Amino acid sequence: MAITIKKARAAGGLKAVVEEMTGVELNVCFQCKKCTSGCPVAKLIDSRPSEIMRRLHLGAGDELLESDIIWTCVSCETCSARCPMGIDIAAVMDALRALALERNAPKQQGNVPLFNRAFLATVRFFGRTYDIAMIATYKIGTRKFMNDTEKFPAMLKKRKIALLPPFGADRKATRRIFKKVKQDKGGKR
Amino acid sequence: MKYAYYPGCSAESTARDMHESTLAVARALGIELVEPKGWTCCGATAGHQTDQLLAVSLPAASLLKVQDMGLDMVANCAACYNRMKVANHKILNDPDMRKGVSEALGRDYDGSVKVRHFLEVLLEDVGLDAIGDSVKYPLNGLKVACYYGCLLVRPPEVTKFDDPENPVSLDRLATALGAESLDWPHKVECCGGGLSMSRTDVVVKLTDLIVGMAQAAGADCIAVSCPMCQINLDMRQLDIKKEMGKSYNMPIVYITQLLGLCLGITPDKLGFNKLMISPSSVIEKVEVSNYG
Repeated sequence: MAITIKKARAAGGLKAVVEEMTGVELNVCFQCKKCTSGCPVAKLIDSRPSEIMRRLHLGAGDELLESDIIWTCVSCETCSARCPMGIDIAAVMDALRALALERNAPKQQGNVPLFNRAFLATVRFFGRTYDIAMIATYKIGTRKFMNDTEKFPAMLKKRKIALLPPFGADRKATRRIFKKVKQDKGGKR
Repeated sequence: MKYAYYPGCSAESTARDMHESTLAVARALGIELVEPKGWTCCGATAGHQTDQLLAVSLPAASLLKVQDMGLDMVANCAACYNRMKVANHKILNDPDMRKGVSEALGRDYDGSVKVRHFLEVLLEDVGLDAIGDSVKYPLNGLKVACYYGCLLVRPPEVTKFDDPENPVSLDRLATALGAESLDWPHKVECCGGGLSMSRTDVVVKLTDLIVGMAQAAGADCIAVSCPMCQINLDMRQLDIKKEMGKSYNMPIVYITQLLGLCLGITPDKLGFNKLMISPSSVIEKVEVSNYG
């Protein structure tokens, strides 16, 4: 595994900010690669969880945020559960995703950030998810209108997906939460 | 036995089958489930992949409502269960997070509401003996691959649910219902549910591995307890057929649906008609073996 490190925007690269965000200590990783062995997506993509840990350790900067694992990681947490040093690798992935969004890292295949935005927009508005609105927003964003459409007639017939938006949720509560999170984002880093 | 039942958003859409079978089974076993008024989304994967304060505040809003009811929370969606437990864990262990959440909610929440999965209620509070006594129509050796996925068992120090590598809760329940629970290696492998729409290419490969392994182990069906796993393993079999030419036709059923059948509840009240891969082979096996 060849690792190239570019000059980071701050001394020590992303390591310090990731440690601050997650509370994990990256130095204790001794590259046993148990995380990579159990990772369900590692064999399907270019980057590996153990490689991310090593690159952070060596002082990698924002280029790390372009690694394909950041938006292909399924958040199954197998890595964290099996790490012999108790490093919460899944939390590191969450932190890298948050940083990728914040620093506008180049978009990854599959548009997971777009999916997450579409999902959370319905939660903010309705207090609960509204699948049809979420799927429509996502499809408009990706311009891949035909994906999965062959399944809709059966799903609608079986009432496996709700047509009407959810009602009865405490919308004030969710809007208040989203407002506070947005405010906090403004002042950070 | 009375609990605050948090259905979760999917209960109103893609997992009505889970919701209906949970309510039917609870009624039959004398478990009282009360929905907290105004409950809101837990944020799921999209929440924690976006922002940690958001990921903890969203579930905390519903936990606070349950605290006011003075009951334990019961969730049957493994994802909701997971986010609720993670939120409690973070609030209990991180004073800054607790402060941020109380500002977001406009009220302090101390992280003390007990969160249970419906499966835990069945096993610990009702008990397998009582469930066994209530069985009218046993599964008579139906070969079931019990699939737990990620969110019940991980992170183990937070969910504290069974053994994280080889859980047996579903297997014990299935066995009590008269099924043959299979020993198979993919109980806690991830099906990729969170990326089902955004990375379908990856998810088709992951679901193929799991359903393929269940078939190799000789399963008549896969029993699940998570709506993300259910719809993903169920619906993606259509893509596996289209893209890889493999036709598994493996029914993906909720354990509450199997339990309901055994308790003598009719299949239409258990949401069996909502499954994409027809479960008729499962239902027929139970009916034929019981009625001859």
